Amino acid sequence: MTALSTNAHHVDARHDVRMRVAQILLMAALVLTVGKGVLPEGLVRPPAWMVWPFADWINAFFDFLRDDLGLIHVTRAFADGVEWLLDITANLLYGKNRWPRLGPIPWSVIAITAAMIGYYLSGWRLAMFAGLTFVWVAVMGQWEWTMETLSVIIVAAPLSILLGLVFGTMAWRSAGFRMVLNPLLNVAQSLPHFAYMIPVVVFIGVGPKAGAIVTIIFSVPPMIRMTLLGLQKVPPEVVEAGHMAGATRWQLLRHVRLPTARTEILVGVNQVIMQCLAMVVLASFIGMPGLGQKLLQLLQALKIGRSIEIGITIVLLAVMLDRCSKAWATRQPEHIEKGTSWLIRHRLLLVWAVLVGVFWGLSLMFPVLHEIGRRDAFSLADPLDAMMDWVIMVLDPVTQWLRWFLIVWVLIPLRDAMLWLPFSAVLVFLMAVGWAVGGRRSALICLAYFGLIAMTGWWDRAMITVYTVTFAVFLATLIGFPLGIWGSRSESRARAVLLICDTLQTFPSFIYLIPVIMLFGVNDVAVVGAVVLFAAVPLIRYTIEGLRNVPVAQIEAANMSGASRRQTLWSVRLPLALPTIMVGVNQSVMFSLFMVIIAAFIGTQDLGQEMQRALSSSDVGKGLVLGLAVAFMGLMVDHLITVWANRRRKALGLET
Amino acid sequence: MTDTDMVMSCRKVWKLFGPRPGAYLAGLDPAASFDQIRADGYVPAVRDVSLDISKGEMLVIMGLSGSGKSTLVRCLSRLIEITGGEVRVEGQVIGDLSEKELIDLRRNKMGMVFQSFGLLPHRTVLENVAFPLEMRGQDIHTRRARALEVIELVGLGGREDYFPRELSGGQQQRVGIARSLAIEPDIWFLDEPFSALDPLIRREMQDEFLRLQGLLGKTIVFITHDFDEALRLADRIAIMKDGAVEQCDRPDRIVMEPATEYVAKFIEDIEKARVVHASAMMQPVNGHDLTGAAVDGGKTISQLARLLVNDDRLILPVAGPDGAIIGGLDRQKALDVLLGAKE
Ligand SMILES: Nc1ncnc2c1ncn2[C@@H]1O[C@H](COP(=O)(O)OP(=O)(O)OP(=O)(O)O)[C@@H](O)[C@H]1O
Ligand SMILES: [Mg+2]
Repeated sequence: MTALSTNAHHVDARHDVRMRVAQILLMAALVLTVGKGVLPEGLVRPPAWMVWPFADWINAFFDFLRDDLGLIHVTRAFADGVEWLLDITANLLYGKNRWPRLGPIPWSVIAITAAMIGYYLSGWRLAMFAGLTFVWVAVMGQWEWTMETLSVIIVAAPLSILLGLVFGTMAWRSAGFRMVLNPLLNVAQSLPHFAYMIPVVVFIGVGPKAGAIVTIIFSVPPMIRMTLLGLQKVPPEVVEAGHMAGATRWQLLRHVRLPTARTEILVGVNQVIMQCLAMVVLASFIGMPGLGQKLLQLLQALKIGRSIEIGITIVLLAVMLDRCSKAWATRQPEHIEKGTSWLIRHRLLLVWAVLVGVFWGLSLMFPVLHEIGRRDAFSLADPLDAMMDWVIMVLDPVTQWLRWFLIVWVLIPLRDAMLWLPFSAVLVFLMAVGWAVGGRRSALICLAYFGLIAMTGWWDRAMITVYTVTFAVFLATLIGFPLGIWGSRSESRARAVLLICDTLQTFPSFIYLIPVIMLFGVNDVAVVGAVVLFAAVPLIRYTIEGLRNVPVAQIEAANMSGASRRQTLWSVRLPLALPTIMVGVNQSVMFSLFMVIIAAFIGTQDLGQEMQRALSSSDVGKGLVLGLAVAFMGLMVDHLITVWANRRRKALGLET
Repeated sequence: MTDTDMVMSCRKVWKLFGPRPGAYLAGLDPAASFDQIRADGYVPAVRDVSLDISKGEMLVIMGLSGSGKSTLVRCLSRLIEITGGEVRVEGQVIGDLSEKELIDLRRNKMGMVFQSFGLLPHRTVLENVAFPLEMRGQDIHTRRARALEVIELVGLGGREDYFPRELSGGQQQRVGIARSLAIEPDIWFLDEPFSALDPLIRREMQDEFLRLQGLLGKTIVFITHDFDEALRLADRIAIMKDGAVEQCDRPDRIVMEPATEYVAKFIEDIEKARVVHASAMMQPVNGHDLTGAAVDGGKTISQLARLLVNDDRLILPVAGPDGAIIGGLDRQKALDVLLGAKE
């Protein structure tokens, strides 16, 4: 007991010191800001000697890799292998004139196959959903684009999974490798999509091949993590049983560890597939044909109706892929009764084979079942356009005003203020925040991340990104937080809202651009709108989750002391849920950073715009430097929130 | 007991859990108490244990939860590396075996039933039971036949295609037992193998293990919390406390002459009369007048109850297995034991 109270005392004292230092730093930041007029120029903008030519170094390094080490031959060989696989799927799915020259498979056969997979994995509902998704695709005349997209996913996802399994197992085996890999994965998972594309363009070029490879690289990290997690979670007694059976290391891995880690590995597979879809759509920026490219073109031409059609297809695909792979992950093996005949045990396979035969035959008789040409296809574009015109007309006064208000009174002043701030003040301010949250170490981490950003020479662009993200997350909080509280009121509502959030999170980020461009046109407000939409989802999710998981005992205690519902919410449930909610804020910031960069193509002036330029001029160094600048912002926020939330959890006794 | 009889022996075995156990043990005062070691941030799961187990013996390990029973057994099978001391199996120091030799040893000599079963969740009952056979490289037909045989033996016939999660706790435990029965190892480690079984099936299993031990001369190390079970099975019982073996001896000697206060408390509630054999209580013949019918030295006091109450001699002659008189039993003392009187 005494030990505990001195301990608490100790913690209090440390807390006080931290706050004192943070206050002093905050004052310093204020002084720097107020006294901007008399500051030497070197404290206002990063001076020239501070800006290091990182981009040149990286370029030199890549040149060395590519030319002197001959890495280009390795990557070319790998790319050729990938291309060979891509040609096979391309031939089968949309009849590209390559070996094995069997395709294209009739659309009706693919739809029935998807339905059978859905049925096998989960049941009737998923079967209907999967089948109808493909019917929609075919009927809307988007078959070829969709197959272009899918043919890449079918090649990229298995390769990513394989690479993830290999690296995950290596990381599990060797602590040294794990130590190297972990920070790399952290950075990789906070690098914006475009940062991956530029090196790929340099090494491989543009087109489907490059699209597939960038997709593979982008989707490997989560698979590595889940493999590692799964292997670490295998119960020790299961492994010991393997040892006692006299299994060799390889047998243990193959027969004991990997199969026992099945669930985590399949969760990884789900993440890989979703990442692949997101990236394949974005890879249209480096010449990847398919749905993404069409969407990009249509959005740029402001063809709203047609974009919505494609958007719906992408969403349907995303939900279908997500549900199928999740169903696979949660599916447990079931025993088959003894004496079941071969026919019954394989009845689904037989039914499928028969159906494929039937539909293939039918499609030979009725070409509509084989292929629906653009001319025969339906289109909702005209009615959708008409409806949208009407909606826009009705909403126009509001959106006009909102756009004007936001741009003139909020966005521009905020941006100018951020740009006006002396960079030294920003750094000292971040150190103050870091010190308040986690003491000296956190302060130094904050300084390091933003110091590096200053050293890249992209300070002003970075500040624009910071302002967009800050403002968007602020708006997202205003929307998401009350919605989350509302959603957690009853169990059934919570479940419904969580389901919606889960579904929204499976959508590739690109999709969020459609409604905002529709409403606001191509400008800063649309960017902020897309970011807000995208970032609000995790906030709602984690608010509900946090509120729902408050221990019942605490709520009952509050009720017994006569607290009203509002009092319980504000003084018991929210404080206890706050650490979880902050995890949501963390994700929200990450999502915003990704979105801001993607949205660059509709016109921003931040790091994203520069990244687009780097992409079009294939400037690896510049692209990576910009990508790392974005990653550092994300990593800093991640560090601060994680430290804060852990400390808070411990203080609340929520740590187990 | 000759050296060749010794299947397994351990000398001064230590297992410490903690940040740097090796260095800590090297500098440890041999007389350090459990609490001192704990205070230094280490868990002494096994503390200076020396045991010899001879061929065909059934050694039962008992002790409270957390006393280090499972850890000791893991040290004996080298599932964990020991911190100090030496474990020998058939004369070989198993700490020195190479990975390949260890795998061979486990494939050919050792088997284990785990406290929490350790079943492979993705394999059916049949595939789980056949797993060690598969590792030994047996072909699929042989191992299937053998697996089906032992599955039948543990009473799970008809469920061989179920997955572990489709079975109850007791059924899962029987799969674990079947898996180790399938290979009939010479040295058997059983960590609370019957804890989840109902009394009937438990008794059947005990009989099965006794049969195998008697028939094939298996050496068994058996952990249990159930004293009755220990008495039924044990040649010797080792009682553990805080990682150390307090006493390791024949059951009736433990009951009659507990080595420490802890052991005395541990066996306090045992009905001694059911444990103690007449031969263990008798005194030497010298000087006593031993006449009349002798009692069988191999019977327990409770089995002799009727005779003890009805007889009126002070000292009863005790006969050995061959019928010769080997000592005398003080009737009064025997009655005290029977009535559970405390000294
Ligand atoms: N891997 C480990 N790391 C740290 N401590 C451990 C580890 N394994 C066991 N211990 C500790 O060693 C001690 C002995 O554990 P052990 O499992 O051997 O007990 P037990 O006698 O088998 O108990 P039970 O009857 O509950 O099975 C316990 O205090 C336990 O906390
Ligand atoms: Mg145990």
